[in-house]
Amino acid sequence: MRVVITGMGIYSVIGKNLDEVKNSLYQGKSGIIFDPVRKAMGFRSALTGMVDRPHLKGVLDRRMRVGLPVQGEYAYIATLEALKTALLDQHYLDRHEVGILYGNDSSAVPVVESVDILREKKDTMMIGSGYIFQSMNSTVSMNLSVIFKLKGVNFTISGACASGSHAIGIGYLMIKQGLQHMIICGGAQEINPESTASFDALNAFSIRESEPTRASRPFDRDRDGLVPSGGAATVILESYESALKRGATIFGEVIGYGFSSNGEHISMPNVDGPVRAMQLALKDAAISSSDVDYINAHATSTPAGDSNEAKSIETVFGNSKPLVSSTKSMTGHEMWMGGASEVIYSSLMMNNSFVAPNINLDHPDEITSILNIATQTTPAEIRTFLSNSFGFGGTNSSLIIRKLNR
Amino acid sequence: MEPTMQNEEIIRKINQLLIEEIEIDEKQITPLADLKKDLGIDSLDFVDLFVIIENNFGFKMKAEDMAEVKTLHDFYNYIGKRINTPQS
Repeated sequence: MRVVITGMGIYSVIGKNLDEVKNSLYQGKSGIIFDPVRKAMGFRSALTGMVDRPHLKGVLDRRMRVGLPVQGEYAYIATLEALKTALLDQHYLDRHEVGILYGNDSSAVPVVESVDILREKKDTMMIGSGYIFQSMNSTVSMNLSVIFKLKGVNFTISGACASGSHAIGIGYLMIKQGLQHMIICGGAQEINPESTASFDALNAFSIRESEPTRASRPFDRDRDGLVPSGGAATVILESYESALKRGATIFGEVIGYGFSSNGEHISMPNVDGPVRAMQLALKDAAISSSDVDYINAHATSTPAGDSNEAKSIETVFGNSKPLVSSTKSMTGHEMWMGGASEVIYSSLMMNNSFVAPNINLDHPDEITSILNIATQTTPAEIRTFLSNSFGFGGTNSSLIIRKLNR
Repeated sequence: MEPTMQNEEIIRKINQLLIEEIEIDEKQITPLADLKKDLGIDSLDFVDLFVIIENNFGFKMKAEDMAEVKTLHDFYNYIGKRINTPQS
């Protein structure tokens, strides 16, 4: 069974919809700001991506909103756009079994708020009905399946910063095996101090606070850490047969999913794990490395991570040197959303014949200079791209997507 | 409940909270409206209603008390009685 992408929707720090995001990618626009609230709270780095909170009163009724955390609101907006681009309405969802596999790995604010109420009032009866649903990792898939009245597979995939990518990978495998004909996949990431405080504690964030839009600089010699970010991205996967029957637009075909684990350090990446994930993806796609035109790197702007990914890309793709860029240079590290959003960013590039620049790359270092990195917006005919996402615990995911061969 | 000034104030306040906080349609607010069947207040909404009442009227509602409260009119009476009873 062939698997295609028939819908995409995004709520990102570089745009609230596909059009805005496409323009930002083309212009190399950053979504990073300095957040004074974090500085006042005691953060080492107050840098973050930022989005406006959606206004859903009047759009969703109270019962639908009460159990929905803010990152679920982002995911709702992204999914609305995805369904629209997929030419799907509620009538279709009512009459067919459509699944949801969404990437998410935290929901900090509802836990903090509900426990604060308990500590203040010393009475759980003052917590209200919404917080339990908001607090769980599966909050996004849980809520969206109720809002859209979905009847198919329904769970959340948590794999740290590879969550969104693995969600698409597992969705692809399920449709490929004929278990479901359509799955709403994606990734969502909360943006707030509560969820990033303990990450800031690792000294992993960039402290280039004087120039927020220049702080995320994957592969650059002077990179000093990642910038946390967030939002939500939805990718609708469908069997090719179903897409043809419906007359849906096909944005690309998922032809390969590779995965692996490093088996080493919980936060330090290695070279071998990502190499195996990329090789497995190529094997699954039944293509050779020279068939890949563009790699959307995971590269988060950390000294060790970017170097190791450069080495792993060189190991697998050294003979063909495809164009590489990390869109995290503009978006920051979207964490649980990243794998899904980066498939969308790469699809927009593929369908609009350009590669977005890896901005802030003033000087590659000795290791990263081996890659063929796009530092400017580059006109390019991308037929096949590979997207990497790696996460804490050494979890690796590589997806290969190609323009449709009819 | 006797339609005194104080009781009218309580009714007005309860209606305002139902409309603004529970987002009940104003047109549905009539004394004989059944809380569950007509106003669509389900078990999760009752959890939130208890919080709203305690925050606005200063007393703790008990789930057991709701057994006898079916309509809005029953609810007005219940709240009025709790407010007027010492040791609420």
